[in-house]
Amino acid sequence: MSAGAAAIGTARLPGGHYGPLGQLRSEWTKMRTVRSTIWALVATVVAVIGIGALATAVTAAHWRSGGIVDRVNFDPTARSLAGLFLGQIVIGVLGVLVMSAEYGTGTIRATLSAVPNRPLVLACKTAVFALVALVASEVLTFGAFFLGQALLRGSTPYATLGQPGVLRAVVGAGLVLTVLGLFALGLATIIRHTAGALTAYVGLLLVLPLIIQAFPQSFQHSVMKFMPLVIGERMAATRATTHAFGGIPLLSPWVGFALLCVYSAAVLVIGGILMVRRDA
Amino acid sequence: MIEAHGLTKHYGKTLAVDSLSFEVRPGQVTGFLGPNGSGKSTTMRMIMGLDRPDAGEARINGRPYRDLPWPLHEVGALLEAKAIHPGRSAFNHLWMLAQTHGIGRRRVDEVLELVGLAEVAGRRAGKFSLGMGQRLGIAAALLGDPAVLLFDEPVNGLDPEGILWVRTLLRHLAGEGRTVFVSSHLMSEMALTADHVVVIGRGRLIADRPVAELVADRSRQFVRVRTPEPQRLVPLLESAGGQVDPGTDGALTVTGLGAEAIGDLAGEHGVRLHELTPLQASLEEAFMDLTRDSVEFGARQEAGPAATVPSAPGPGAAR
Ligand SMILES: Nc1ncnc2c1ncn2[C@@H]1O[C@H](COP(=O)(O)OP(=O)(O)OP(=O)(O)O)[C@@H](O)[C@H]1O
Ligand SMILES: [Mg+2]
Repeated sequence: MSAGAAAIGTARLPGGHYGPLGQLRSEWTKMRTVRSTIWALVATVVAVIGIGALATAVTAAHWRSGGIVDRVNFDPTARSLAGLFLGQIVIGVLGVLVMSAEYGTGTIRATLSAVPNRPLVLACKTAVFALVALVASEVLTFGAFFLGQALLRGSTPYATLGQPGVLRAVVGAGLVLTVLGLFALGLATIIRHTAGALTAYVGLLLVLPLIIQAFPQSFQHSVMKFMPLVIGERMAATRATTHAFGGIPLLSPWVGFALLCVYSAAVLVIGGILMVRRDA
Repeated sequence: MIEAHGLTKHYGKTLAVDSLSFEVRPGQVTGFLGPNGSGKSTTMRMIMGLDRPDAGEARINGRPYRDLPWPLHEVGALLEAKAIHPGRSAFNHLWMLAQTHGIGRRRVDEVLELVGLAEVAGRRAGKFSLGMGQRLGIAAALLGDPAVLLFDEPVNGLDPEGILWVRTLLRHLAGEGRTVFVSSHLMSEMALTADHVVVIGRGRLIADRPVAELVADRSRQFVRVRTPEPQRLVPLLESAGGQVDPGTDGALTVTGLGAEAIGDLAGEHGVRLHELTPLQASLEEAFMDLTRDSVEFGARQEAGPAATVPSAPGPGAAR
């Protein structure tokens, strides 16, 4: 051991400890420096704004030929948020990729070598994703709403933010998108493979309600209201009409949203526990 | 300083690492040798806190990895599997690691320069050749200027120039007083690079000793003898303390006696010799000898060193 040996390493160590601030910065860098993030965000824009615009434009064009029941029950807010359906899937892809790419590429080993506190890594990644998803989702739902109403105006009734339930629907739809993205991130933390996590996400979001539909109506009526897809649709609608929801009982928008938050928190916590226990 | 105390790891029914204990000291290059599947990578992952040992523990500078306040400033590692997102540029890969420790952009540029990737810093790592990928991994290991470095098969896939570069770098890092722990399955490579070797087989410790000692090991030296009268010579050699292996080509392989002693013995008893050649097993053979039991369980070959090299130019010829 040379005289210099002691000087290397310990002597220059800064005080304190690595922490959340650096990890948040790192997660933000990770997120913005891969193309998949950009593509998934672009796809979300296309899904939410594009489909909302398409749906409202079609409605406006066919308004006069529509039936009286359709006209009476028309919810211009919900129509402009029609892109929520596809948007849920795309934001799920983003949520999955943010975590599964770490495992798929082995980056997780570099990440955990720098910051061995695994719950901290997961918390920071979740926080950064949540912020990005929230900003994007709110910008998109408001964008879809305003564009959709502009397309409806002149041909059909249209909504303004001041009307009952409208602001809640638009803000809430963005929140639902964000929380579903977090749900996907949690699933990916548990499953760790892109394809597997995406399958689980789409399965829980879309396939499970289809399976439930195969059961007797009484069963459908007791469980359908807990489905993320139904909670999201209820949030994006200003009123819970039988016309739109086929008479199934629904949770109130914010109760449904709280349940969605519970789902996401549960998968994230399970993912965190597994992350701590498993080999990286 | 790295310490492993009774490290044990199972994967299902496979016992990958079996109560492994050793120390890696600063200021020298320590080679970590073992045949394929002997548990080198697993041991390194346990040291890095990535895989959890079933028993035992690993410490770096006296602490478990998870308790290091600034891991990148204390340990740098190039692990076996690539740990790089193919879509991220070399700079951004290092930058996201740097940010966790508040390391500045200047240091990132510096290590990119050091490993010769400054020109391609903005290129996506997925487009890198194997050698460039290794260099990026080495840059990441050096980022925090750590006193302890682990390299899992760093020369894998490198061309001769790259191999020389890594060898020089490892020697340089150890020369600065750092702890350098480098795995390989090539003893010959380690003979050139390492000061000390830890040899494992089937997850167990087989040897933990200085390379110089291994090189000079007398047990690796033997003499090839040809005689038309083996029935007379063999008992003479054996009573003088030598071990004799009858080779397939009629030559005798004698260990435990020098060429001079054999020649003198034959001369005293009037036994004719047709050949008397001092030989030395290569380091690779010494390694294979060491690990043979752990590779082919129970099927130890009783023949002496098989292939041979003349001892004269070998580093261990002088006794
Ligand atoms: N993640 C894992 N899951 C299951 N088995 C594993 C895993 N990692 C290693 N093993 C097994 O553990 C044993 C040791 O493997 P390890 O990769 O540590 O050996 P190694 O000495 O690095 O080999 P090599 O020289 O081929 O790199 C092998 O039998 C391997 O199959
Ligand atoms: Mg290995």
